[in-house]
Amino acid sequence: MNYFPDEVLEHVFDFITSHKDRNSVSLVCKSWYKIERYSRQRVFIGNCYSISPERLIARFPGLKSLTLKGKPHFADFNLVPHDWGGFVYPWIEALAKSRIGLEELRLKRMVVSDESLELLSKSFVNFKSLVLVSCEGFTTDGLAAIAANCRFLRELDLQENEVDDHRGHWLSCFPESCTSLISLNFACLRGEVNLGALERLVSRSPNLKSLRLNRAVPLDTLQKLLMRAPQLVDLGIGSYVHDPFSEAYNKLKIAIQRCKSIRSLSGFLEVAPHCMSAIYPICGNLTFLNLSYAPGLHGNKLMKLIQHCRKLQRLWILDCIGDKGLGVVALTCKELQELRVFPSDPFEAGNAAVTEEGLVLVSAGCPKLNSLLYFCQQMTNAALITVAKNCPNFIRFRLCILDPIKPDPVTNQPLDEGFGAIVQSCKGLKRLSLSGLLTDQVFLYIGMYAEQLEMLSIAFAADSDKGMLYVLNGCKKLRKLEIRDCPFGDAALLEDVGKYETMRSLWMSSCEVTLGGCKAVAEKMPSLNVEIIDESEQMEFNLDDKQKVDKMYLYRTLVGHRKDAPEYVWIL
Amino acid sequence: MSPPLLGVEEEVQSSVSSPSVECISENGMGLKERNYLGLSDCSSVDSSGVSSNLNLATELRLGLPGSQSPERETEFCLLNLGKLDEKPLFPLLPSKDGICSSSQKNVVTGNKRGFSDTMDGFSEVKGYVYTEKSWMFHEAGSDSESPQSVGHGKYPGNSGVNVILSTRSPGVQASVKQDEPANVLQEQPRATNGTSLKQTVISNNTTGAPAAKAQVVGWPPIRPFRTKTLAASSKNNDEVDGKPGPGAVFVKVSMDGAPYLRKVDLRTYSTYQELSSALEKMFSCFTLGQCGSHGTAGKEILSESRLKDLLHGSEYVVTYKDKDGDWMLVGDVPWEMFIETCKRLKIMKSSDAIGLGNYLVSRTLPKNLLEQWRNPRPTTKKNLDMGANFLMPNPNQTDNSEVKSVGCVVESERSYHVSSHL
Repeated sequence: MNYFPDEVLEHVFDFITSHKDRNSVSLVCKSWYKIERYSRQRVFIGNCYSISPERLIARFPGLKSLTLKGKPHFADFNLVPHDWGGFVYPWIEALAKSRIGLEELRLKRMVVSDESLELLSKSFVNFKSLVLVSCEGFTTDGLAAIAANCRFLRELDLQENEVDDHRGHWLSCFPESCTSLISLNFACLRGEVNLGALERLVSRSPNLKSLRLNRAVPLDTLQKLLMRAPQLVDLGIGSYVHDPFSEAYNKLKIAIQRCKSIRSLSGFLEVAPHCMSAIYPICGNLTFLNLSYAPGLHGNKLMKLIQHCRKLQRLWILDCIGDKGLGVVALTCKELQELRVFPSDPFEAGNAAVTEEGLVLVSAGCPKLNSLLYFCQQMTNAALITVAKNCPNFIRFRLCILDPIKPDPVTNQPLDEGFGAIVQSCKGLKRLSLSGLLTDQVFLYIGMYAEQLEMLSIAFAADSDKGMLYVLNGCKKLRKLEIRDCPFGDAALLEDVGKYETMRSLWMSSCEVTLGGCKAVAEKMPSLNVEIIDESEQMEFNLDDKQKVDKMYLYRTLVGHRKDAPEYVWIL
Repeated sequence: MSPPLLGVEEEVQSSVSSPSVECISENGMGLKERNYLGLSDCSSVDSSGVSSNLNLATELRLGLPGSQSPERETEFCLLNLGKLDEKPLFPLLPSKDGICSSSQKNVVTGNKRGFSDTMDGFSEVKGYVYTEKSWMFHEAGSDSESPQSVGHGKYPGNSGVNVILSTRSPGVQASVKQDEPANVLQEQPRATNGTSLKQTVISNNTTGAPAAKAQVVGWPPIRPFRTKTLAASSKNNDEVDGKPGPGAVFVKVSMDGAPYLRKVDLRTYSTYQELSSALEKMFSCFTLGQCGSHGTAGKEILSESRLKDLLHGSEYVVTYKDKDGDWMLVGDVPWEMFIETCKRLKIMKSSDAIGLGNYLVSRTLPKNLLEQWRNPRPTTKKNLDMGANFLMPNPNQTDNSEVKSVGCVVESERSYHVSSHL
């Protein structure tokens, strides 16, 4: 099989960067497997419990970059109890003991302690990049350790983490010798920061391209930072409130105009909409605009801002933009590929909300649209069908109607036909989230048409087991299935247990699955961990097989039952 | 066609619809005793049969007799999985009737089925009620004749009301979302989309206290980080520079007798006029239900003109709570100042608004005064000394004759609401 020396193959493999492709390469033959594993530098582990750190280290001694995901996706919505798992410490510990020269660690939905961060900072000389998304369990002390000890740190990117903020001094921990920063994102921190230290840090970081500030950074500091870093490509503004007639504001205007490289703008955690005109000069170059934390921006001011953003490719916005505002988006942002519309007031009456009209407008005006997250008050089949026709390129389509079982308000029909049109038209659809009133029919369509579907999220839908069966039978590429509050029971669960080995995970909560059913799966498939999460302690007293299981999470694994599960998690 | 009623007229009245309970009731038992969770004894038929309405006000009646949905049968069968297939899923849903099928969603009586009516409750309210004036009150359910008699109000389909506690203990199950609007609604002139009313929120309100907003855990699917940050943003926006910031100014609006509160963003209005019409729209349905909200049988037939009278005419005043905690009459200060100081709004009956701050309020507010409230003139101060006219600080107010009743507010008529609200 080998016509070339290993070095040549290795060189060829260097050009193969996607994880999937490299995984495929490693399956070709033993020698390719060997070559691939020694040359592999980046590993992605979608479920940290599917493999152990020891096995990872054994297989990929050249590892430099590790991506780990911990809790299941529904943990984002409070469906997974707090200390369910996803601890990164064992990984860092194992890696630290080995000879792995870790340079990059990217974590999502994991529990990260200060000890882990400290150990991380001290164990890897060349550590360069830490990205934490939706993690928790650490404080600014951990960040201080990273700042102090990682001499070549290039990236510290904290996205939407729950951080216990002990206020400010961590920024001062970056030594004067640290000049390598390329990306610094601390927008999610809620506390004060040492502004002087921040300014000095930015001054001595000539390579800084991405800077996202938190709310505690006031305008005049922002202006100084921009003056020192006109090369910024990605800017997250913390607080943007000021008097439009002040000197500080004028200075800011000048500073912003110098930043000709900015392509991505976010933040605005506090915003004075009448001062947005200072931003206009850079709007024309923006490809990513995230205003989803700026409820203060709406109405005409918002629309005016959008009108300047002709090159926008990704827009994250609150629903106070309204259908009208989305119309402006449709007219202006012809390059738009990704749209996310978040609810500004999810539990209250939707004064300023979007409906199906806004979505239809965007679909008509932005033919390149391929990724959508849309929270709205209502949706109609007709609108979905129109959207499907206008935008056949959807890769991600996530629709959340705030009332999860709302039918089409015009026809009172379920939204089966609308979603059916989406899956039929969008042949490349990889991710789908459903809402609204839905019957088994929509799942029939999904099973039939969604051939590339990898992730499906279902809530409050379907009428019977058939729904789940259609999906399991039809979607060959399904990797993640998460279901809540649907009438799927043991019959559906047990129909094809082998399927679950081809998937990363299955989540079912508030369904009709019983303990007996889960046990049956566990018994038939030793390669799966079947976890029952039951905080009510009922399981202890009543182990009746017929009992309904509140939350079940099953996933394939090579390393058997995990040892760190809390009391209320039963692994069958 | 309306499915056969399973002889459950009384049963519908007595039951808060938990499907399994209904099923049991179908066996001919009439009223069932329920514990405070709404669970009846026979609810332990099998684990899946446990359905409880956490309808805390179990004496409320939902839906109208005859509003029993055929889905009941289906639900019953749902308890045994898999028999569902051939059931007509939306048997009551000829779309020409415009019956909302949301209620038709026949989801299982799973043990932990949480979403159903809670969702319905708040969603309906949000999405439907004020646009369609389909406000429903539970009490309406006790009148079998009311479907026909309702001109504008639609009385709720018997919806299982479930307040979902955030910790979903296994014993509690949200019953299947109910919907039986069909039968009832078919008999009515269908004004708008049928809405199955999930009056979860209303259920708590017999005492007049604002209902707790019941929410389903994890819905809508938004990361808590986001909601916390947004909440902090709005708060900060308000505090910036000591003036209300550019952010939305949401204040709660309560109305006497209404089961739950609303919220309005004062920034979306620029005059008192706009605010008043918005409030009117939001609460007109409450006004309708108001007549029936005390559980009395035999509702008045509310004609459109009567509704208008209620609103435009005499009985309600809008008040607000300012930064100092005082309750003030809306309309005195310039709009911008009002937005800055208003913390809460309350629509009260004029009879209750006695002793409001320093103002005395006439028991019935003459129409012209109300009009003037709607169109306040800019200067307000000089009217304070206009004798009895405390209501309408309006420089153009010349006719004080109708305001004579100030001062003869009948104390004895002060309803029990007053003490709770003032």
